[in-house]
Amino acid sequence: MRFAFKTAYDYDLGLFRDPVQRRWYGGLLAAVILLPLAVPSYLVDISLVFIYGLCGLSLMVLAGYTGLVSLGHAAFLGIGAYAHVFFLQDLGLPWVVSVAMAAGLSAAAGVLVGLPALRMTGVYLTIATLAFALIIQEVFTRWEHVTHGLKGRPVDKPVIFGVSFASDWAFYFLCLAVLIGGLWLTANVLRAPTGRAWVAIRDSEIAAQSMGVHLARYKTMAFAYSAGLMGAAGALFAHKIGFLAPDIFSVLLSIQFLLMVVVGGLGSLHGALYGAVFVAMLPVLISEARDRVPAWIGQVVAGLGKDAGAAAYLAVDRFVKQPGLEPGIFGLILVLFILFEPLGIYGRWRKVQLFFSTFPLYKRATFRRQKSYMRSERLR
Amino acid sequence: MTFFAVDELVVNFGGIRAVDGVSFEVEAGQVFTIIGPNGAGKTTIFNLISRIYDPTHGRLLFRDEDITTVSPHEIARRGIARTFQNIELFEHATVLQNLLLGRHAHAKPHLFQEMLFLPGVRARERAHHEAAEKVIDFLDLQAYRDSLVVNLSYGVRKVVEMGRALCTEPALLLLDEPSSGLSVEETADMAFWIQDIRTLLGITVLMVEHDMSLVGAVSDRVLALNYGRAIASGTCQEVQAHPDVIKAYLGA
Repeated sequence: MRFAFKTAYDYDLGLFRDPVQRRWYGGLLAAVILLPLAVPSYLVDISLVFIYGLCGLSLMVLAGYTGLVSLGHAAFLGIGAYAHVFFLQDLGLPWVVSVAMAAGLSAAAGVLVGLPALRMTGVYLTIATLAFALIIQEVFTRWEHVTHGLKGRPVDKPVIFGVSFASDWAFYFLCLAVLIGGLWLTANVLRAPTGRAWVAIRDSEIAAQSMGVHLARYKTMAFAYSAGLMGAAGALFAHKIGFLAPDIFSVLLSIQFLLMVVVGGLGSLHGALYGAVFVAMLPVLISEARDRVPAWIGQVVAGLGKDAGAAAYLAVDRFVKQPGLEPGIFGLILVLFILFEPLGIYGRWRKVQLFFSTFPLYKRATFRRQKSYMRSERLR
Repeated sequence: MTFFAVDELVVNFGGIRAVDGVSFEVEAGQVFTIIGPNGAGKTTIFNLISRIYDPTHGRLLFRDEDITTVSPHEIARRGIARTFQNIELFEHATVLQNLLLGRHAHAKPHLFQEMLFLPGVRARERAHHEAAEKVIDFLDLQAYRDSLVVNLSYGVRKVVEMGRALCTEPALLLLDEPSSGLSVEETADMAFWIQDIRTLLGITVLMVEHDMSLVGAVSDRVLALNYGRAIASGTCQEVQAHPDVIKAYLGA
């Protein structure tokens, strides 16, 4: 077991636990920078992982840290995307200004939703955010002057300070930089009083209040911060898909974001990123498997006889090419996670870590949750 | 000057009058204890003081100010901190993080500064850490500093919760059954903590308690409640000997 010997308060204030951890993250950063050399054909997919990572961070702040579950986050993504395209292409603002204003506008929308939603807790709040998302999607359809309605709206490639980010690898690094920026800002807020107040609200509203936390103010701040991050992600998302239409920002996308934070592990920034990798890469994996698995199985079965191999190939090929396989696998994995690992991928990782670091003394009860996830519900 | 006073406090929950015209006054530097059978309205009075409930009638005075209509989060900033009967700690946070949340009464939201973690934020964080470490030293919690609250025993959690309340640097500390669920030895320790809080930190303590050995050891004044009414007040011996109190506990 490793003990940190602390000699100043700054040891508890740093972003990283100790120099060892800092080196690990440095190594990870180097790996991500070198990744385009290793898998050049997947750059676009990995860029989506980074954008989803931002979305995951956004929802993690709200659902994972403050305990307010939103089913309407695709609306904030849409507000960010449309606002960015409007500022950039209709008003001709510089890229950086446009992204900042899109994030600001989305944050303002977050405050607007947050204010009435503060009187609601638990599942009622979730339903209110869902209703908001449906209304916003309708606005995207009807407000043709800005959004071009159902015709959709093409998005130019990003040009920042005269430098074009049109190529796949340039866009990859742009998304990576924004994601790292978002992570840094979020980690900073979480180690400051505001982040602690959010966690306090999640764990016990009544105790948070008695410690002087202004519940309404901090919940609104969480909504605004989360929506702002989502708005910035929306700007990148607009460039990634290259064409905006209202039906992209559907409730299904909101559900996917929620899946992301649950599968990744509620209440950790790592979880948001694991979830993003999972949600963005699974479709890629499934389509790869579609192309290759029938041939593999055909070859294996061909050992028994040529006809059997061909028949097996055809049967498996027909099965994997069926529509609906992808959502089916998504759903199956989600069910398995909720049944066997409610703490998500990051929760599993923490358990493995703790098992080895406390080796003969590990106890399962450390991770047992004594109260339901939304403890605050019983206070009203 | 009145340090803390409750004046003709009444609260109705539908048809039930949980607190019925209770008045008492706590002097600065006292340990004041409220006793009474289950359902007498002790915790309700605490919830009225921390403004979780609104009183139907009556007033709360703290340092000559009327705090009857102050909002709940403002109470901590005015200098009143509390603990809960069934521990309301943040379980998946470390002891240090719990104590730091106790410092929240001294923090203002600076979201943009915090996003960038500017030097001002770092300086304030250092000050909060220093205050929290002092409480850790005062309550001998060094061994548990970095452990998660879920992994601690009930007795230690009680002390941590008291420490979190102390981190707000209160003038008045409300302790809701500090000895409930503690062993005999832990209860004796609790008596020492309460005495130290009063004499070393100069904090006035208002507590609800059932364990009469603890009440007798630390209280300056005792108030007995039954069915929401005050039935006796005075020193511990006086109240214990009062016929109405004996009747309330043992029946006529």
